[in-house]
Amino acid sequence: MRVELLFWAGCPSHGKALRELQDVLRESGHDPEAVIVREVKTDDDAASEGFVGSPTIRIDGADVQPLADEPTGLTCRIYHRRDGRISPTPDPADLREAVLAATAAAAAPRGERPRAAGPSR
Amino acid sequence: MTLVGERAPAFELPDTDGQLQRLAPDVATVVVFTCNHCPYALAWHKRLMAVAREYAERGVGMLAINPNDSERYPRDSEAQMKARVQAGDFDGVPYLRDASQQVARSYDARTTPDVFVIDGQGTVRYRGAPDADYDDPAAGAQWLRSALDALLEGNDPDPRETEPVGCSIKWKP
Repeated sequence: MRVELLFWAGCPSHGKALRELQDVLRESGHDPEAVIVREVKTDDDAASEGFVGSPTIRIDGADVQPLADEPTGLTCRIYHRRDGRISPTPDPADLREAVLAATAAAAAPRGERPRAAGPSR
Repeated sequence: MTLVGERAPAFELPDTDGQLQRLAPDVATVVVFTCNHCPYALAWHKRLMAVAREYAERGVGMLAINPNDSERYPRDSEAQMKARVQAGDFDGVPYLRDASQQVARSYDARTTPDVFVIDGQGTVRYRGAPDADYDDPAAGAQWLRSALDALLEGNDPDPRETEPVGCSIKWKP
């Protein structure tokens, strides 16, 4: 399972996001140190990475809280917690769900693998 | 970084109806640099509006100022600001546009949000975050409330200054 955290240094949320992501990976039996952390530094980098804000977390390429029609750019990303609060970081429950989905996808026999994806909100 | 203890820079900025609003002598005024696109500003927003409502009857005013470069961050455009006001997000608090970013610079504002409390003599008496945890609504903008309570009782706020937390202000190139 490939877990990536992309961040922009102008937004202070990536430290907390990384800690919460690592907690979820640890709880679910994955290596918390395997997270690939990458800094996005320019608008051009943001465009080429499809980076819509910091932090962006992808598991096997799938965003943990996919956004439709969001412009790329160097900005802080808005997440919605499951209780409706706005937050700079994803809900740990969404992270957990994405990890479980990716784990299940990897375990499924070839040809029967569902595509790993984040929550449908 | 501090302006605490110094005279608050005067300003005159348009609100979302184009009416000029200025820092006026009041019992106390809360000046909040904020914006539409920052999750920290949005997470704290309801707490700040609750303070505006609850302290208004004690003579405290609030002005919200959006200083961000809306060319690069279109969610901070005048139209988007107006839409939030019309949706009732600001509960009567004027939402001002600092298009030149001069006011933000004069306050040395760093983040959205960045909160300043100004007393009736025009002196900055508190600067920083609304409270200790953007992620906990129960924190209730306690640092801001504490600063206002102190001023209203004739005392010095404690703390007088905290580290502002949020998205960096989006300066124009």
